[in-house]
Amino acid sequence: MFAIVDRKQLCPGITSLTIKAPEIAKKHKPGQFVILRIDETGERIPLTVADKDPQAGTITIMFQEVGKTTYKLARIPVGGALKDLVGPLGSPTEIEYFGTTVSIGGGIGIPLLYPITKALFEAGNHVVTIIGARTKELLVLEDEMRAVSKVFKVCTDDGSYGIHGFVTQELQRMIDAKEPIHRIIGVGPVPMMRVLCNLTRPYGIKTIVSLNPIMVDGTGMCGACRCEIDGRTRYACVDGPEFDGHQVNFDLLMKRLAMYKGQELISLERFKQEGGVTPQQKEG
Amino acid sequence: MAEKKSRKGPDIPRQKMPEQDPQERAHNFYEVALGYTEELALKEASRCLQCKKPLCMQGCPVEIDIPIFIGRIREKDFLGAARVIKQKNSLPAIAGRVCPQETQCEQKCVLGKKGEPCAIGRLERFVADFERATGQVQYPTLPPPVGRRVAVVGSGPAGLTLAGELIKRGVAVTVFEALHELGGVLVYGIPEFRLPKAIVRSEVEYLSNLGVEFKTDYVVGKISTVDELLADGFDAVFIGTGAGAPMFLNIPGENLCGVYSANEYLTRNNLMKAYLFPEYDTPIARGKKVAVFGGGNVAMDAARTALRLGADEVTIIYRRTEAEMPARAEEVHHAKEEGVRFMMLSNPVEFIGNEAGWVTAVRCNRMQLGEPDASGRRRPIPIEGDFFTVEIDTAIVAIGNRSNPLIPQSTPGLELNRHGNIVADPETGRTSRPNVWAGGDIVTGAATVILAMGAGRKAALDILSTFGIKVTAQA
Repeated sequence: MFAIVDRKQLCPGITSLTIKAPEIAKKHKPGQFVILRIDETGERIPLTVADKDPQAGTITIMFQEVGKTTYKLARIPVGGALKDLVGPLGSPTEIEYFGTTVSIGGGIGIPLLYPITKALFEAGNHVVTIIGARTKELLVLEDEMRAVSKVFKVCTDDGSYGIHGFVTQELQRMIDAKEPIHRIIGVGPVPMMRVLCNLTRPYGIKTIVSLNPIMVDGTGMCGACRCEIDGRTRYACVDGPEFDGHQVNFDLLMKRLAMYKGQELISLERFKQEGGVTPQQKEG
Repeated sequence: MAEKKSRKGPDIPRQKMPEQDPQERAHNFYEVALGYTEELALKEASRCLQCKKPLCMQGCPVEIDIPIFIGRIREKDFLGAARVIKQKNSLPAIAGRVCPQETQCEQKCVLGKKGEPCAIGRLERFVADFERATGQVQYPTLPPPVGRRVAVVGSGPAGLTLAGELIKRGVAVTVFEALHELGGVLVYGIPEFRLPKAIVRSEVEYLSNLGVEFKTDYVVGKISTVDELLADGFDAVFIGTGAGAPMFLNIPGENLCGVYSANEYLTRNNLMKAYLFPEYDTPIARGKKVAVFGGGNVAMDAARTALRLGADEVTIIYRRTEAEMPARAEEVHHAKEEGVRFMMLSNPVEFIGNEAGWVTAVRCNRMQLGEPDASGRRRPIPIEGDFFTVEIDTAIVAIGNRSNPLIPQSTPGLELNRHGNIVADPETGRTSRPNVWAGGDIVTGAATVILAMGAGRKAALDILSTFGIKVTAQA
């Protein structure tokens, strides 16, 4: 069992959980993820690690409530526990001095973008950060991101905070202004990553994206997470999750992500009807 | 009275395995084979000729003293029979179910020359089940600890067997498993209807009660490397990670929704219990028209699983003919009984999908058999221009596995062959790295549970001799 030691609601629908997992905390590198299972009947879902504290032996995950598992996860109280947590999985982000790097992300992509950005910043890069959300109250990790950026910009779709518009529009302005960019790391919803890659492709700017397909084992055993990269099938769990965005077949990724939409809905509705109570809550 | 009869074994026919009715079982996940009753077991045991030079033992990868254990059954000493088996095989309830006895012990049985061989596998299963069901599982007396520690990577049949052999000789054993359940392919791969998970759990419990330490959710190669385990004080590491990387057909449309590797399909169902959705959270496509590609046991497992998930039509599509299929005859027979269709001499060339990205059909090329290939089986040759399309909504690719690169990549100096399998001495399991042993599918490529058990046992014996520990028969 993996104890929940802290829980925060970052904004409506997004929760941060700090979990006791000393071995993972010791080994985790930016870009890697974990797979968790809440209880005996639970499914295995991959989640990115937003932060870690090797001294305290904890990792922090941040996630959006999208289905039963994340809905349930957001309601486990401090003192509760996860049945299973495995990681760190996937290949770490390539971190070195590139020159000017742009960290660009939206919504729930920001928690994954944060450790990567921090590592790029610590490697001496001139880090430009452009993060966004639909509206001000959905923006997470603003202060943390600002602290590891040389240039920091916030966009909101509705203009409620920062620059009115999409993060990709802000990047376009940077490119138009002929500001040098040596590498871009983009993490966010699939449509955002697709727009980003379409934008940077003609300029030949190396754009790395982190993909989030459905996974089961996370160690290359099942092939559920297969993606098409440069026309070749690759596994996000072991070959990724980061890939050269210009080579990603985003259309396929979107379709495969929607594979169980019907069942996911049944699962969530059924859980809510039953009162949406987790076993840990019952005991408490 | 039984004594008299037993001497005239061959007069009695081989006792049939009681089974669930095919029509009924095709819709449930309960075990197909129900197991011998005591009466059936005694009858079958009486057929054994008790050969002085038993050929059956030569066919057994772990050299179980077959006539002796069958002799114990004849004396109604079922627990004694279990003890005899367990000297060589710690996992008899599993081996009795999934071993291909027809190509091993039973193939060598003298009775088989004129009639049907003694049903050794069914008897093995009977005594193991008897011991467990009557709550009389016996634990050997353990010797004092010898002060050595062995790390086992992977809790499949090779690792479990090795763990059992070592713990019984006073060696401390820690088994690391990447998944949340113990048993490897026994829990994620082989379906409940062939090997109930409760049996795997009880075998694991047996080892755990003997003192084997198990760590689940632990990916060696990520949390710790093999070198780190050695540096942490393990005297030896055994790698038994299996052949866990699915092969695909490499044809267009293979990434459409509804196209699964057999590994994923079976893992969702067996390990994650997708057949119990929505009580269990993991979903699976419950296809109505399912095609399974391949001709091995895994293909049969996948096809029979699809039936149980409610498919109207399940078809095995295979590029050779039934004669060349690597699956056990019994599995093919069971699949047919349950209503799985067989489409032979057909090779998929393309999956076709709809707007939403779901598979709707598969285009196949008709084949014919040519000259034998390297495997000794006649090579399938495409018939030019002869294509046809089969409508499907789910496809399962069961054409084999290659080795998972996680350990090899994270273990410098570990010699691999051209398939990416670890090179290990077949007699000892020794690898190119000192203090590192390997066995099972990670060495041989996809093979059988019993061969993995055999490899685990051989490696255990070699590790023990490296430690200077004498192995006596009665451990």
